[in-house]
Amino acid sequence: MDKAYLLCDSKYFFMHEPNQQTDSLQDLKDIRRIMERSSRFISLSGLSGVAAGVCALTGAFISYSILDNYYGDYNSSGFFSGDDFSRLKIKLLVVAASVFVVAFASSYYFTWRKANKQGLPLWDHTSKRLAWNMLVPLATGGAFIVGMLRYDVWAFVAPASLIFYGLALVNASKYTLSEIRYLGYCEIVLGLINMLFIGYGLWFWAVGFGILHIVYGISMWAKYERK
Amino acid sequence: MKNPITGLNKVFESRIRLGVMSVLMVNEEVNFNDLKEMLEVTDGNLATHLVNLEENGFIKVHKGFIGKKTNTTYSVTKSGEKAFTDHITALENMIKGVK
Repeated sequence: MDKAYLLCDSKYFFMHEPNQQTDSLQDLKDIRRIMERSSRFISLSGLSGVAAGVCALTGAFISYSILDNYYGDYNSSGFFSGDDFSRLKIKLLVVAASVFVVAFASSYYFTWRKANKQGLPLWDHTSKRLAWNMLVPLATGGAFIVGMLRYDVWAFVAPASLIFYGLALVNASKYTLSEIRYLGYCEIVLGLINMLFIGYGLWFWAVGFGILHIVYGISMWAKYERK
Repeated sequence: MKNPITGLNKVFESRIRLGVMSVLMVNEEVNFNDLKEMLEVTDGNLATHLVNLEENGFIKVHKGFIGKKTNTTYSVTKSGEKAFTDHITALENMIKGVK
């Protein structure tokens, strides 16, 4: 819909003998649109979800092969050296960090593209509010996980990250497309189930950050962006 | 202020004023620049309409500072909220053809 119409001067009303019914309908539509667009960040693209999901799946696959190699070596040589183990940790950390960076950059790109198409600013008060409200649960979860790692508790890293991420999404749903709430619920449930299957964290991660993102992304794209 | 036949509020005949109210109804406090960006209007134009809304007692103005820069924010008043909801009801009634 074109915005110029909305911003037409009030003269519009005086110059024409208006058809009141259509004008009322137009007014209500405009009101609704302004309310929607001023209170929520609506440029979040479904393709961002797909991109993040693909990155996560790739990352999970790479991590899986690294681990597979590592345990393969163990089986053939019969022992681990401490060096091997720290090398493994560094490798996995590098994979995790790169996945995060690439996922973030590609999601950013698709959302930036959508905002551009809609002619909306990317960094306005709606996106700031969204970022802040996501950041609170995410940073809390991050700190919590770091806290666990100080005691060398690795088992709960995957469930905790899924749960806190899910909480962040549920919270975010008030400030962006409301459907993201369901993605949040799924992440939380997945994280809780993961608590019952400690040791399968990588699989749960792949489902939570990979497959769920892709499913969510495709359905949002189909609903709002497909022309 | 109200048109006795339709119940529409004359103040909201301006699309900019209607826009300002729509934004303020769903946001607790909004500053001048955000309003300007959302409604895509010029400074002067927006300022005039804001003064009008303030004079009608529909919005409250808060003058504050962020560092040394002034940060003026706006929020809706009780009577503004009522006037706006009445206006919307009137619009809805017109669509339904109820007078």
